[in-house]
Amino acid sequence: MQISTTVNGLSHTNEVEARTLLVHYIRDVLRLTGTNVGCDTSSCGACTVLLNGESVKSCTVLAVQADGQEITTIEGMASESGLHPIQKAFQENHGLQCGYCTPGMVMAAASFLHENPSPTEKEVREALEGNLCRCTGYHNIVKSVLAAAGEMGGAR
Amino acid sequence: MTAVETSSSERVTGQRLLRREDPELLTGEAKFVDDLAQQDVLHMAIVRSPVARAKIISIDTSAARAIDGVVGVYTGRDLKDLWQQPMPCAWVVTPDMKNPAHFPLAVDSVNYMGDAVAVVLANDKVIASDAVASIEVEYEELPPVLDLEESATDKVVIHPELGTNTSYVWALEPDNAKLEAAFSSAAHVVKGRFVQQRLIPSAMEPRGLLIVPQPYGGEYTLYSSTQIPHILKIMIAVTLGISESKIRVVAPSVGGGFGSKLNVYAEELLAFTLAKKTGKPIRWMEERSENALATVHGRGQIQEIELAADSDGKVLGIRANLLADMGAYLQLLTPGVPLLGGFLYHGLYDVAAYSFKCTGLFTNKTPTDAYRGAGRPEATFAIERGMDLLAHEMGIDPAEIRRRNFIPKEKFPYSSSPGLVFDSGNYLPNLEMALEKVGYSKLREEQFQLRSQNSKKHLGIGLSCYVEMCGLAPSKVLASLNYSAGGWEAATVRLLPTGKVQVVTGTAPHGQGHETSWAMIVADRLGINPDDVEVLHSDTSISPHGLDTYGSRSLSVGGTAIFMATGKVLDKARQIAAHQLEVAPEDLEYQDGNFSVKGSSEKKMALGQVAFEAFTAHNLPDGMEPTLEATTTWDPPNFTFPFGTHIAVVEIDEDTGDVKLVKYVAVDDVGNQINPMIVEGQIEGGIAQGVGQALFEEAIYDESGNLLTSTLAEYLVPSATELPNFELGSTFTPSPSNPMGVKGVGEAGCIASPPAVINAVVDALSTFGVKHIDMPASPEKIWNAIHQD
Repeated sequence: MQISTTVNGLSHTNEVEARTLLVHYIRDVLRLTGTNVGCDTSSCGACTVLLNGESVKSCTVLAVQADGQEITTIEGMASESGLHPIQKAFQENHGLQCGYCTPGMVMAAASFLHENPSPTEKEVREALEGNLCRCTGYHNIVKSVLAAAGEMGGAR
Repeated sequence: MTAVETSSSERVTGQRLLRREDPELLTGEAKFVDDLAQQDVLHMAIVRSPVARAKIISIDTSAARAIDGVVGVYTGRDLKDLWQQPMPCAWVVTPDMKNPAHFPLAVDSVNYMGDAVAVVLANDKVIASDAVASIEVEYEELPPVLDLEESATDKVVIHPELGTNTSYVWALEPDNAKLEAAFSSAAHVVKGRFVQQRLIPSAMEPRGLLIVPQPYGGEYTLYSSTQIPHILKIMIAVTLGISESKIRVVAPSVGGGFGSKLNVYAEELLAFTLAKKTGKPIRWMEERSENALATVHGRGQIQEIELAADSDGKVLGIRANLLADMGAYLQLLTPGVPLLGGFLYHGLYDVAAYSFKCTGLFTNKTPTDAYRGAGRPEATFAIERGMDLLAHEMGIDPAEIRRRNFIPKEKFPYSSSPGLVFDSGNYLPNLEMALEKVGYSKLREEQFQLRSQNSKKHLGIGLSCYVEMCGLAPSKVLASLNYSAGGWEAATVRLLPTGKVQVVTGTAPHGQGHETSWAMIVADRLGINPDDVEVLHSDTSISPHGLDTYGSRSLSVGGTAIFMATGKVLDKARQIAAHQLEVAPEDLEYQDGNFSVKGSSEKKMALGQVAFEAFTAHNLPDGMEPTLEATTTWDPPNFTFPFGTHIAVVEIDEDTGDVKLVKYVAVDDVGNQINPMIVEGQIEGGIAQGVGQALFEEAIYDESGNLLTSTLAEYLVPSATELPNFELGSTFTPSPSNPMGVKGVGEAGCIASPPAVINAVVDALSTFGVKHIDMPASPEKIWNAIHQD
């Protein structure tokens, strides 16, 4: 089947199988490999991307469902002027270690901070419940998201 | 705090320098193994046993072979003549250890759910997995052995050729008469039986590989999501009979390991063999549910511990007895893992009489092997639960029983009854700092109030003091344990003609931030900017010698090698500078990257200039070799012994059995710290993993040997909502065993946290007469414990 998407601002038209998952379309067809796969049950959130600005686990969406939609992946976050404030906050607060869950965490945080620009610690923890990290114990991830909220103008 | 020696007026070590690794990980530019582009690649997929124990009657691959795009299908029988040796086990713990021969593909029988029976190569990943689904294997099922105590009876013997399920019995009994005397003279004897449940390490990146036969020279490059590129290279050479010179192993960005990638796996050997056979690049990426079955598990022990104490609560003797689950076969380090804890069942207490015995048993489950802490979390759990049992029996506060038993500061270096020498320690101030930080006496008052109000909310406070042995390891000690490798680490420090510094390390980071920390060590020693130091690692062509990253060894062994090599480079640089400035080497001062003649501000030479002079070799002292580089292979004289106190505070809801971890304080002493930000990150991650073991995680098998927790929907890795913020503190007791006074931090958190949490849970439930809850302390177990008669 043919689909057309806009990914990180660029338009693509590709042939995909009906059973192709969005994450495989992003990784294998578009060769954007920043989005990672960590499980096969939509549990880990490593593959989180933005679909029309809202976070989705790209392993639970078929590529064909993204036809005509806008997608943002981790590669679309930084700009020419540097890292996105969320990315910057993750570095400054040591919010990553191995970095495998990180793209998904950053995308989940982006979507969440858009909905809730000045969250509490508890709200951040709840928002990230669907994204697993095995390295950090979440302490510094939560700190990073709160710092990013402050930087992006939504500090409490 | 004594700090690391520096030539910099602005010390770099000890600073919270941000990680240079981060920008590419944060932007998606980092390349994990599955991200590596490769044309003309074949995809490998594995047919795995769906049963725990069976004879293979037949394998029908005809349907798979008929699928368009399938390039090859191979069974164990097809490949059995290609293995030079069985899968490697590098730790023959006793001379008579039983080790069943185990090949990358099973030939006649399968012994755990997930055992590999056939392999497919196809042009496409999806076709490969379709082909796997079309292969029909006929099994004759045999009764599985799943329970450790049942395994020990040998009623059913898993590997008939061995005649028993016992792989080995390993005992450490320094003085049995003394131990008997301790127990017979004791005023108090407490006993505990604890289950260390099986855990699934669950690194967020499953395993994966890409192997590429090189177009020239006959070399194969294996990119693997491994912690041990160097060890893997040697083991591939041995197992497949290939010259080491034809093997290059690269660990690209690796998404966590925790010991589970410290192994030589069937898939690595299969892919190598099939790449040789087909001449094509091959890619394999493990699925999560495959990871749960085919990547090693951790823990899996039944522990019995007995403590004998005098009437003051001073522990006189300890007896520990373990049944340890090897799983179906021995992987790289399987038999040695429980023994790594075998020297530490007395914890950080001064105990004169000791014995430890471990029986390694086979079961029809995934092999166990190193998982973060490897033996030491188990030992710490047993002694810290034991100390609480003793405190409870004697009606003494858990903090006080620990104070009475700590190895006193004056006794360091301390020769322990099991035969180790603890390098340095100062336990009491560390405990007091943690108690102060958590507000211990206030919490006890609060607990008293809640109890006197008959509240349905039960507050529990749990202490855990730990010491661990890390920095694996002095090679001679490893020899005495029959480990078939050394414990040294190699480093090369090279000043390039441009004045930049290149560091080559044998460590293999996978989240620990070595590039940042190693650059800090060199920058401090040379008095230069860390940005001028580049760190190369995890590629056996670039770093031919190395023993990789595990056992909290990288800083104290690998970092020390770098420190020493930097010193050698500086010595040579001094000779060159002295020669060119026409003074004696001892007349030179070195500060902030410049040699200057003492008492003269004019005669000086920058390190970069010396590097260029070493490169041109136009004017070097007579007999000196050109270039400025040095290599050190550091073999540590001893392990290092970090320690600390962790305190967990839990609230338990009487009606639901739900446990909430409301506060967590950790005060750790890991010696001098290179980058405190990274140290804290390691502790926090470790705590979370240990909390996972204490409250949530368990590899559960049903009575037929099916793994019921093979996905992250069933295997409960903690999420952000289950954990609080952690409150951390540090004390600083440098190690005398290495020049930087560093110890190691990778495993400390998960060694300390399980007993802290379980002690808190049991403390909360003590009013119900509960003396122990096995891990994971699920709401169901707690509710049952509360509501038992």
